[in-house]
Amino acid sequence: MVEFSLWDILRNLLLAARWTVLLSLIAFAGGALVGSLLLLARLSRKRPLEWFCAIYVKLFQGTPLLMQLFLIYFGMALIGVETTPWSAAVIALTLYSSAFLSEIWRGCIKSIPKGQWQAADSLALGFFDQLRYVIGPQAIKISIAPTVGFMVQAIKATALASVIGFVELTKAGTMISNATFKPFVVFTCVGALYFSLCYPISWYSKRVELKYSLKH
Amino acid sequence: MNVQLDLGAVFSEWPLLLKGIFLTTFMIVVSGALGVLLGCVLAWMSSQNRGAQRAIASLYIEVLRNTPFIVQLFFIFFGLPSLGIKLSPLAASMLAMTINLSAYSAEILRAGIESIPKGQLQAAKSLALKPLQTYTNIVLPQAFKNTWPALVSQIVIVMLGSSVCAQISTEELSYAANLIQSRNFRAFEAFFVATVAYLVLSLIVRSFLDRVIAKLIFKDTHG
Repeated sequence: MVEFSLWDILRNLLLAARWTVLLSLIAFAGGALVGSLLLLARLSRKRPLEWFCAIYVKLFQGTPLLMQLFLIYFGMALIGVETTPWSAAVIALTLYSSAFLSEIWRGCIKSIPKGQWQAADSLALGFFDQLRYVIGPQAIKISIAPTVGFMVQAIKATALASVIGFVELTKAGTMISNATFKPFVVFTCVGALYFSLCYPISWYSKRVELKYSLKH
Repeated sequence: MNVQLDLGAVFSEWPLLLKGIFLTTFMIVVSGALGVLLGCVLAWMSSQNRGAQRAIASLYIEVLRNTPFIVQLFFIFFGLPSLGIKLSPLAASMLAMTINLSAYSAEILRAGIESIPKGQLQAAKSLALKPLQTYTNIVLPQAFKNTWPALVSQIVIVMLGSSVCAQISTEELSYAANLIQSRNFRAFEAFFVATVAYLVLSLIVRSFLDRVIAKLIFKDTHG
């Protein structure tokens, strides 16, 4: 039997962590893109669109991400699209992130006083100009802290991709733990790696929030 | 393209589903109560001026908030036995859910505690209440009231997260779905039914906490 040193374990986990980072970045970027479309639809003042977005968000926030992953993984196969754990994870995490991000941003926009919209209206600005010049700049400031905070949630969410067989940090941890019979060491390292990815982001998010709340 | 869904094949295994739903509910009831309780203790520790207590509480909270639930679960179930702590899948799941919820609810409650006007604490002091009495009788009820919606959301999030517990073979709802699909190969349908069940459960838990429990807790606080 080959003996695994702590460095061997850590090195292999670090290699796998690259996939966690990549998946998080893609999920976050994809989620931001789809999330902005949802946000626009939700602000469009058209009933059917608003309803669609509200139900979309409720569905993704009211069901487990793991089930969403399974449904997309098996659902794609069912309609004849070839699935890989990677593609299923990217799609599921993108949709999941988009629901959360659009909801976060909607909250930020809602917190802008109504008078701002009315003032923009009275300046005869169109909907997009109102968003771009009046509401957007104010809402973006408020949204930085929760958006960065969501990034932590996105990183942690990628751990579930391990369940459908995508080899990222958690899956690598399970595999190494099975090979080395050192689950305590391995999962401590896995946890420490997630922590070192997430904590700086959490810390930054908190700092931004504090800075903002002190100004008001 | 011809897709046929056979939900009947899943519903015919209803005793398994029912058992899964029951266990998921049981887990969140116990872990929900214990997690929030532990969260109150942690929030108390981190609102103290004693450095050590505060440092321990914030280390605990930050570690749990910045690692995925599934890793916490694996650590408890696979890792702890090497320290001689062997837990059954169900016990490990409930422990993981409890400590996970405790960290988040401590953070939520801490925010609620900070928003309580200073005058309340001074009034409590002038009535010669001890710090712990002040905390349980004055601070905590108000903090609960201010943060109840956030606490409810967090409990629902932990319940949905518990679907991961099937990975250590806890026989909850997603385990039932997995078992059913291994019997009839109707994977999509099995997970679809389980997903709908989770959605309904989350609505029930939410309205139960908002209507029944909130009334019980807040019946004698005013405002």
